[in-house]
Amino acid sequence: MNQLSVQHLLGIKHLNASDIDLIFKTADHFKEVINRPIKKVPSLRDITIANLFFENSTRTKLSFELAEKRLSADVINFSASGSSVSKGETLIDTANNILSMKVDLIVMRHPHVGACDFLSKNVDARIINAGDGTHEHPTQALLDSYSIREKLGQVKGKNVVIVGDILHSRVALSNIYALQLQGANVKVCGPKSLIPKYIESLGVQVESNLKKALEWCDVANMLRVQNERMDINYFPSTREYTQLFGVNKDLLDSLSEKIVIMHPGPINRGVEITSDVADSDQSIILNQVENGVAVRMAVIYLLAQQIER
Amino acid sequence: MYFCIPNNVLELMSQKILLSAKEIDIILNRLACQLIENHTDFSETVLIGIQPRGIYLAERLCYILQNNYEINDIQLGQLDITFYRDDFRRREIPIEANKTTIDFIVENKNVVFIDDVLYSGRSIRAALTAIQSFGRPLEIELLVLIDRRFSRHLPIQPTYLGRQVDVINEEKVLVQWKEKDGVDAVYIQNK
Repeated sequence: MNQLSVQHLLGIKHLNASDIDLIFKTADHFKEVINRPIKKVPSLRDITIANLFFENSTRTKLSFELAEKRLSADVINFSASGSSVSKGETLIDTANNILSMKVDLIVMRHPHVGACDFLSKNVDARIINAGDGTHEHPTQALLDSYSIREKLGQVKGKNVVIVGDILHSRVALSNIYALQLQGANVKVCGPKSLIPKYIESLGVQVESNLKKALEWCDVANMLRVQNERMDINYFPSTREYTQLFGVNKDLLDSLSEKIVIMHPGPINRGVEITSDVADSDQSIILNQVENGVAVRMAVIYLLAQQIER
Repeated sequence: MYFCIPNNVLELMSQKILLSAKEIDIILNRLACQLIENHTDFSETVLIGIQPRGIYLAERLCYILQNNYEINDIQLGQLDITFYRDDFRRREIPIEANKTTIDFIVENKNVVFIDDVLYSGRSIRAALTAIQSFGRPLEIELLVLIDRRFSRHLPIQPTYLGRQVDVINEEKVLVQWKEKDGVDAVYIQNK
């Protein structure tokens, strides 16, 4: 197969294993491209992409924008603050107004679950979900799996534990789908109050003891506690959270095998991981960022390929 | 009276051999000599096989230069042009990319593009753009095994050529390599 089975990237849930394989193979080529002295290819020179960010973002927005520019697409950026959204404009109106400017593809981040799905059904453009509320963040999961594949050779059969605020994390859900699709074993670990009630129905095991979870795994993906999404206190104090679910160098060194540490960013240093862990040779956090550009180039390239002239 | 012709026989009937293994061998040796004639010192020359099928010809020439003429400092690369093609979103079945392996800078080097068949010239146009990502070459030459004369869409001509052929658009020139296809041969087929 050299075409994706989907027209939009709304979530990993809609992809199959050969889609992921195709994205990774294409990303391999783009990774080589972005390490050349001149890091740009002309493939998308007649494609216009709108980045609609209704929620704050640093890494994802920069990474998408760089990926689009490396592919020679024309890029327009939109952020909710200072726009007509604050004047009461609806999502469809905003999108249609932007599409009237002859935009082919939309990359959108939105605080509401399902916003990208809704948009894909109502506007005539390809949609890439850059995070919708607490639902999915597919490109993050793809770059996480791509980084595991790069570091450990393959994802199949690997044990991956996702630690932290699973309840509010779109990275966790997308990662669970992506890892399982590729044949990895997934556990989640965190305070009981931050683990969704029916998570086990996804075929994921819950481990409440961090040390046991780390002994079991090949890779630990450390998530940030998303205070901005919390309406109540889910745990007594940050200090207690760090003591029970934070990874420090002593804990890492006490394990019988060397594990790989990942983090989707932004890191709260000293909370979920300490600085010496984040900066250690076991951490692939900065590789994830580099791979993010290559993986997003692959996704955009493969979706743009399907746009009719 | 009616009789059926099996498909494989039909295929054989619509395919004729243009070059045999022996003829290819003679041509490759001649092309290698022509390269030496123009590039006495290969330290400033890089050979670039164009993906997907030009890499076999490039490797073969490199082998001849090293083993028959003891030129050991050859820099050989493989260039994929998929992302530089001018038919993106114009094909029914998208082309899959191949690996690019150029572990050197081509700045001020004499670059020799190597491909099996020169047809419309569009692949070479894409390669001319793609190579710029690795520096500004001093000079670029083109070596092809088969030149399909009179079928060019762009003003591109080979510097070195194995055999020039006149083939109509409905026909295809197929180059097979021992490493990939089990035999060295060039065929003309009906599309």
